[in-house]
Amino acid sequence: MNHKRTARAVSALMALVLLATSVLTRHKIEAARGQQATLEEVLYIPSGKVLKRMSLGYSTLLADIYWTRAVQYFGNRLQQRAIRYDLLAPLLEITTDLDPHLIVAYQTGSIFLAQRGAGAGQPDKAVALLEKGIRENPNYWRLYFTLGFVHFLDRKDYKAAQAAFESGSKVPGALAWMKVMAARMAERRHDISTAILLWKGIYDSQPEGVARTNALQHLQSLQADASMEELERRIEAYRERTGTLPHEWTDLIREGFLRAMPLDPFGEPFKLMSDGTTQVHDPSLYTYLGEFRSEKKPDH
Amino acid sequence: MKSRLAAIALNTFREAVRDRVLYNLIIFALLLVASAPLFSQISIGIERLVLVNLGLSSISLFGVIIAIFIGIGLVSKEIEKKTLYTILSRPVRRWEFVFGKYVGLMVTLVVNAALMTLGFYVALLLTERKLTGDDGRLLVAVYFIILELLIVTAITLLFSSFSTPIFSAIFAFAIFVIGTFGEDLRNFAAMGHGLTKWATTGAAYLLPNFSSLNVISQVVHGQPISSSLILFNTVYALLYSGAATAAAVFIFEHRDLK
Repeated sequence: MNHKRTARAVSALMALVLLATSVLTRHKIEAARGQQATLEEVLYIPSGKVLKRMSLGYSTLLADIYWTRAVQYFGNRLQQRAIRYDLLAPLLEITTDLDPHLIVAYQTGSIFLAQRGAGAGQPDKAVALLEKGIRENPNYWRLYFTLGFVHFLDRKDYKAAQAAFESGSKVPGALAWMKVMAARMAERRHDISTAILLWKGIYDSQPEGVARTNALQHLQSLQADASMEELERRIEAYRERTGTLPHEWTDLIREGFLRAMPLDPFGEPFKLMSDGTTQVHDPSLYTYLGEFRSEKKPDH
Repeated sequence: MKSRLAAIALNTFREAVRDRVLYNLIIFALLLVASAPLFSQISIGIERLVLVNLGLSSISLFGVIIAIFIGIGLVSKEIEKKTLYTILSRPVRRWEFVFGKYVGLMVTLVVNAALMTLGFYVALLLTERKLTGDDGRLLVAVYFIILELLIVTAITLLFSSFSTPIFSAIFAFAIFVIGTFGEDLRNFAAMGHGLTKWATTGAAYLLPNFSSLNVISQVVHGQPISSSLILFNTVYALLYSGAATAAAVFIFEHRDLK
């Protein structure tokens, strides 16, 4: 009886200790394999169509896994401030081959692909992905919106952007401002207010995560840029009237050019510089400040 | 104690070898490996890839099938045939019985894998006319497959110590499938928040990780496998299978066999 009790106690203790130590070994294995191990493997089968056949009917589940891998890959590369995102396009291609109706892969994936700086900087590949998404899901108007967005902001192709917004506006259920966007593209308006409208649309269409945060950062920078443009216009008007530049914001308020202290998107007052220009309180909070203003207007 | 363990292990091996299912699977696996050169005839430029992928995958898959289908009967068969009572009436302790069975099945699986590997290398030699250093590296993948079988067998034994054979097979196979997605489970856990994160992280560490034991895609492309990975995978497989076997012993010690 005593022996039995000892055997039970020892086996229970061994099971727990060995399991706990095996968990510790897992960390060592992960370090030995490296973060890219999984991703390197997946691309040894670069065809989504082959994978779909191999998945024995569970292709949508496999698509979810590949989408997760794409997000992980993008997140890791972004964190490493990488310039190249070679695996992103193939991962998205495989994901959407496995599940052609996985809308988020087209919508968010194309933003990952298109952007320069905080993305792969491959807008042509983003367009190809979105066109594939539209072919597979012609009734989802937001894909046309994202396509127009990429054409406008990343490819500077007004004609293609206009066509995308127009096609999207004809889809049942599409919001009326798709027509407004098409009209703006027809006018070739490369202004901040159009960019704000587009980024607002992206912000609203993205689930919580990297792409949504990125859209918010763009919106904050664009709103600050728009405010500074407007403030500098008023400073110029003040200079024309008084012959001098204002020293502080109260000068502009006194002359009726402003009603109150101008605040940036983070609620802090804008800085008034001695040369009549303006600046946000803390530029490090704005990832994309001045980016749109410095972009050269394309020739179309 | 050693002789008792060896006797149980040897008997388990003999019984498994006599089992028709085992023979059928070996013949089937060998046929599949032998048919690899035929497959490569109908594709271009990937003859070696097809052969190695098919060969190593067959060794792994058939090893797992054998481990599960023989593993589920290790305890239940002895109870069914009432031979367990004869064994336990002798000076054999329960933990010796469970551990001996485990060792016996592992010997069977290693012999089985060795035979399949031999057939695989013969097929490789027939296709390539000669063997190179890269072909030798494929043995690392075979070694990892044996480590994988070490864990699968222990898990099957754990389930068979308290469940019916059919449910043990289902559970063990389900754990095997989940384990092959071990790294994805970790990725899901990393993306989660709050309770979901804790639950998935817990599951990811509690369930076996077979994805790190699958290096077929690396060896097939001639990529080196680091010695640290070989070491840590060995340690991990020994620890995890040890934990599962100890749990099986614990349950079997509690079981009322009257």
